[in-house]
Amino acid sequence: MLHLSEAAVVQITEICDRYLDEPTPLMMILSDIQKEYGYIPLEVQELVSQKTGISVAEIYGVVTFYSFFSLNPKGKYVIGCCLGTACYVKGAQQVIDKFSELLGVKPGETTEDGLFTLDALRCIGACGIAPAVSINGKVYPKLSVSDVPGIIESYREGAV
Amino acid sequence: MAKINIKIEGISYQVEEGLTILEAAKLCGYNIPSLCAYNHGECSQGSCRVCLVEVKGARGLVASCVYPVSEGMEIVISSQKAVAARRASVELLLSNHSVQCQQCEKNEYCELLYAAKVTGAREGMFEGVKTPVTVDEVTPAIIRDTSKCILCGRCIERCKNAHGLSVLGFEKRGFNTIVGPAENRSFADSPCIMCGQCTSVCPTGALMEKSEIAKVDQAFREGKFVVVQTAPAVRAALGEEFGMKIGTPVTGKMVAALRRLGFNRVYDTNYAADLTIMEEATELLGRIKNNGVLPMITSCSPGWINYAEINYGELLPHLSSCKSPHEMFGAILKSYYCEKNGIDPKDMFVVSIMPCTAKKYEKEREQLQHDGIKDVDAVLTTRELGKLIKRSGINFNMLPDEEFDNDIVGEYTGAGVIFGVTGGVMEAALRTAYYALTGKEHELIKFEQVRGFEGIKEASLDINGTVINVAVAHGMKNAKVLLEEIKNGNSKYHFIEIMGCPGGCIAGGGQPYVKPQFLPNEEPDILDTYKQKRAAALYSEDERQTLRQSHKNEQIKKLYDEFLGEPNSHKAHELLHTSYKEREAFKVLK
Repeated sequence: MLHLSEAAVVQITEICDRYLDEPTPLMMILSDIQKEYGYIPLEVQELVSQKTGISVAEIYGVVTFYSFFSLNPKGKYVIGCCLGTACYVKGAQQVIDKFSELLGVKPGETTEDGLFTLDALRCIGACGIAPAVSINGKVYPKLSVSDVPGIIESYREGAV
Repeated sequence: MAKINIKIEGISYQVEEGLTILEAAKLCGYNIPSLCAYNHGECSQGSCRVCLVEVKGARGLVASCVYPVSEGMEIVISSQKAVAARRASVELLLSNHSVQCQQCEKNEYCELLYAAKVTGAREGMFEGVKTPVTVDEVTPAIIRDTSKCILCGRCIERCKNAHGLSVLGFEKRGFNTIVGPAENRSFADSPCIMCGQCTSVCPTGALMEKSEIAKVDQAFREGKFVVVQTAPAVRAALGEEFGMKIGTPVTGKMVAALRRLGFNRVYDTNYAADLTIMEEATELLGRIKNNGVLPMITSCSPGWINYAEINYGELLPHLSSCKSPHEMFGAILKSYYCEKNGIDPKDMFVVSIMPCTAKKYEKEREQLQHDGIKDVDAVLTTRELGKLIKRSGINFNMLPDEEFDNDIVGEYTGAGVIFGVTGGVMEAALRTAYYALTGKEHELIKFEQVRGFEGIKEASLDINGTVINVAVAHGMKNAKVLLEEIKNGNSKYHFIEIMGCPGGCIAGGGQPYVKPQFLPNEEPDILDTYKQKRAAALYSEDERQTLRQSHKNEQIKKLYDEFLGEPNSHKAHELLHTSYKEREAFKVLK
């Protein structure tokens, strides 16, 4: 805990306190931490372990099982490329490969400038507009490889 | 419980409701090939699919380890479909397994190899990608090799049940799943206490002790004066390595074997257990008299010490400063003994045979060495000693009974023998504390209240008007209860014994594996009774001794007269006492 800022300790403690009376509080705590703190590094897991009595190994297991949780800080813009079956057969792999090539990161990684995180998602329930990409909640339908440079540029310029 | 009617292989049976098919079949006389059948549900995942059987009317085959029996159920174990499915399950496990069985230290006791044999599984039936492998050999105590892990999760359950810890957990998902400490760290950078309980339950070679047989070989090659000492619990279990019934004491044969292995001296750690009691009882009475930090807690178990340093830094002043017995013995051998016999301590090599993996770690502690000379140079587990004896071609069962060496050190009393079982250190200490306070021996000698396998035991003794409240805990889960009391300032005890492993050293992480499939001559309930059987072997050895109180050990008296002065003297502190340091659970890694 020595490695967390005081503000972070207060924030995480407050999140834990919300759910400590629940029979199985872990998922709710981790979800809120992910949303509000942005990521769930080991030091945060240690604090959650102290608060809940659940071992760090178990918490780490949950964090690494669900792709929604992240061990590292995410970029300002999180690009979620759907690789579900419908999107995949409509060419989603080529789309994510293009993002990967232009940003210079692999899926799951964040660009050095902290601007973009590239994520591969399983079905996001938008099969009718496949292949779909979601960036910070905004959904881009029926993408093709040639759309990718323009989308990245629009975020770089802060146009969106 | 209500009885219900089932059929297995067309034959009718009545079994209790609520059992799984696997359990019910076992009671009816069928051992369904499985990986977990013998382990009290310590894997409840139902994921290995080795125990598949046919159930009439069910969709597909069912995993018998998790499927409950029901009225009228018809179970078929031997159909070709079920036989082929079980074989395929094992073949799938083998396809993602390092099948270098020849070199694997666990091969004699590998449950996967056994399942492969029983199901007729063939190697290399499914070729493909393998899960990325982690091999952790950083700590001196335990090795984790994920190439041999079958993801049964027994280690996770054992760690949790014994210690409430679960240092290990499942990580990642799907094909990339591995079992390890958080962040797939080495045990060295995790809150692991090195007790080795996980190695006892691991069905394969994924978790094992780190062998030090090569170190001992080297000491012999270098012509060192190699002294060996054996912990009390070893004699209660070593025979199992040679097919003897659990609970057969093999003290004499063990000594004979060690002599034949070429050790220059063969001593009983019990000598040092007596010494520990002299120091510890004196320390306790001193703390009581001088309003020192109470309760005082024993410090013999290195697993417990690790736990305390990692989790209860603020309670470290409660720990007795006494080194553990084998470390005390090492220190005396390399000072008093070397001095008397004109040996340069650098030329002496002390080997401890221990029921413990944490002792391997303990001997490397900087507090337990001086000028680069360690009190103890190598620690072998009971299992490793078994290997050493087999390797040397010694027919253990044909050995005569021989006595431990006993020259200027080596004599021991019954008090030392019972150190190997939970409550033993407490009982031994009480025998001597009683004498120290009253000048008389306790008429009973036995202190029944601290015997047995209850998680927490307590007793209260009125000794000449001084009331001493004591408690005994084994396994960190139980210890935690007592520690929290101390932390909250409402502990009523003066003296607490804590042992790392549930049951004490007799069930230590370095003891022979208790796996019923490899023990055809034991009772079916052996997993419930083996601790009692090993403990009985130690208590009977205590009763056979004419001297049963540490303070009656003549050599120890002489050691104080000639060398140490008196218990807790300056010299005793220098040689026999140690210190502890708070540690972080998760070291910050660069």
